[in-house]
Amino acid sequence: MKFTSKAVLVPQENIDTDQIIPARFLKTTDKVGIGDHLFEDRPDFGVKRGSQILVAGDNFGCGSSREHAVWALVDFGFKAVVSTSFADIFRQNSLKNGFLPIVVDRQTHALLNAGTNLTVDVDNQTLSIEGGPTVKFPIDSFSKTCILENLDEIGYVLKHDAAIAGFESRG
Amino acid sequence: MKPMKTLYDKIWDAHLVTPETDAPAILYTDLHLIHEVTSPQAFSGLRKRGLKVRRPDRTFATMDHSIPTTSRSLTGFDEIAANQVRQLEKNCKEFGIPLYGLDSPNQGIVHVIGPDLGLTQPGRTMVCGDSHTSTHGAFGALAFGIGTTEVEMVLASQCLLARKSKNLKVNFNGQLQRGVTSKDMILALIAKIGIGGGTGHVVEYAGSAIRALDMDARMTICNMSIEGGARAGLVAPDDTTFQYMSGREFAPKGKAWDEALARWKQLPSDEGAHYDRVVDIDVSSLEPMITYGTNPGMSIPLTGRVPKPENAADAAALRYMAIEPGQALLGHKIDVVFIGSCTNSRLSDLRNAAKVLRGRKVSPSVRTLVVPGSYQIKKAAEAEGLDKIFKEAGAEWREAGCSMCLAMNGDQLEPGQTSVSTSNRNFEGRQGKGGRTLLASPLTAAASAIAGHVADVRELGGLQ
Repeated sequence: MKFTSKAVLVPQENIDTDQIIPARFLKTTDKVGIGDHLFEDRPDFGVKRGSQILVAGDNFGCGSSREHAVWALVDFGFKAVVSTSFADIFRQNSLKNGFLPIVVDRQTHALLNAGTNLTVDVDNQTLSIEGGPTVKFPIDSFSKTCILENLDEIGYVLKHDAAIAGFESRG
Repeated sequence: MKPMKTLYDKIWDAHLVTPETDAPAILYTDLHLIHEVTSPQAFSGLRKRGLKVRRPDRTFATMDHSIPTTSRSLTGFDEIAANQVRQLEKNCKEFGIPLYGLDSPNQGIVHVIGPDLGLTQPGRTMVCGDSHTSTHGAFGALAFGIGTTEVEMVLASQCLLARKSKNLKVNFNGQLQRGVTSKDMILALIAKIGIGGGTGHVVEYAGSAIRALDMDARMTICNMSIEGGARAGLVAPDDTTFQYMSGREFAPKGKAWDEALARWKQLPSDEGAHYDRVVDIDVSSLEPMITYGTNPGMSIPLTGRVPKPENAADAAALRYMAIEPGQALLGHKIDVVFIGSCTNSRLSDLRNAAKVLRGRKVSPSVRTLVVPGSYQIKKAAEAEGLDKIFKEAGAEWREAGCSMCLAMNGDQLEPGQTSVSTSNRNFEGRQGKGGRTLLASPLTAAASAIAGHVADVRELGGLQ
């Protein structure tokens, strides 16, 4: 899996899930159209549709566990977000939606400018910067397989039904 | 020789259905709490797959996030929010899950009713589609927030895919001074390690200052673990824990209680167990803390001055807050005081606020909301006459719910307003678009409500 897109930059650190999608848009019971409210209260970020790769500051996605944050990014058209670190729950939610939280070091992060073409190669776990270096990024091997082979994690767990039942019978 | 284990290691090991390999571990969850906001898409997923809920007996639902706190009825309420609440009712009925709805005496904030009802127990694994699930760690339960895909996974399988976190130990030693509370302890910790400081870790809170706290105060600390980046926070169970739990609705009874007690006493970390990181904080010199910026790590002692911004983000935060570098926060004008949330809406929090407000009036320029964490806490507070103290002081006494902590239900700040809030997050717009939040303890919040500006409870008198 490989895709190339211009980078959209929101360089602030600690962008929390309330900035990604404010709580008043969590009253929905489905996921349709949720991208319309991405960064709704942060017009200063200037994020517009048309790119697949968001570049954000450190500790992106901190705060609440709302998966709506990931759904909004995906519905808006993003396939990946690049930062120097991610909050744990956000990272988890991302991978479960086939959305890539790509961690790079500070040096690499400093090379990422708005409008630069970036290529993400999931198989080889590389991020290529147009006119710059190609760097490796880490990804959990299990999550990588799930994303590349479009495997369903819930289906995977349910295949262990006998082991779960065994655990339950041990009390 | 048996390996030395931390409390976290012990609970983790005891819940492994399959161990961690190249694939994450399959971890059994003893208890799953759900609410209206993060569950509807999970139930839709179950329907689409034709699955049922594996253990409805280990699943409990309530409504808290988007419900009104002006009354226990949806009549005339926001139609979209009401629809979400009705969807939860429908889902629970269809899948056989017990629901503590608006008509139930057990209704309340999900992280308040779990402990209230004795569902939260030492050694358990607990999950909920809410990041403040870390609250339940105060009982020595491994409890953390999950996303909606994981909610669906737990509904279907009662299990989670998880990789083990690192162990972080925080020692709080020393004795708290008058007017200083566990809210100030956790704000001080987050200021020290940063809001990403606990990422990838489970925190164990230890030390004499933790042992001296009651369960409500311990919950306040574990609740805000996530504001330091840690998904879970733990306190080893002790006699304070067991006394709190004894006799509660879902707590074990009779012989089962004795057996549980014997098990629970094995839970504390072994002497010499390995921690990846240790942080020490002496609370003896700790002052009441208050935030001045737009994340919970940006706090100072109440009598301190706002530091100069170190970067563009800090400068932007101060501009948003309309706070100047170098200014004192004492005397800073406020418009709203919010006493509530899963952080500080329990009976002892309300008692603390009432102690300050008794016989006094809130400033006419400050709208003051007191929102109990559960219906049961509301009734207990009323039995003590706390509601009268609040009402006579000029505060609003509300029904149980999340309310202005996240401003989903219409309880919110107007653009440009500043609150002193006992909740957990001061993110931009968290309490309403354009609203500004100063996080503090119930004591500081109540003192500020009276003064009309940020005030120090230690200057008011009347504290025991």
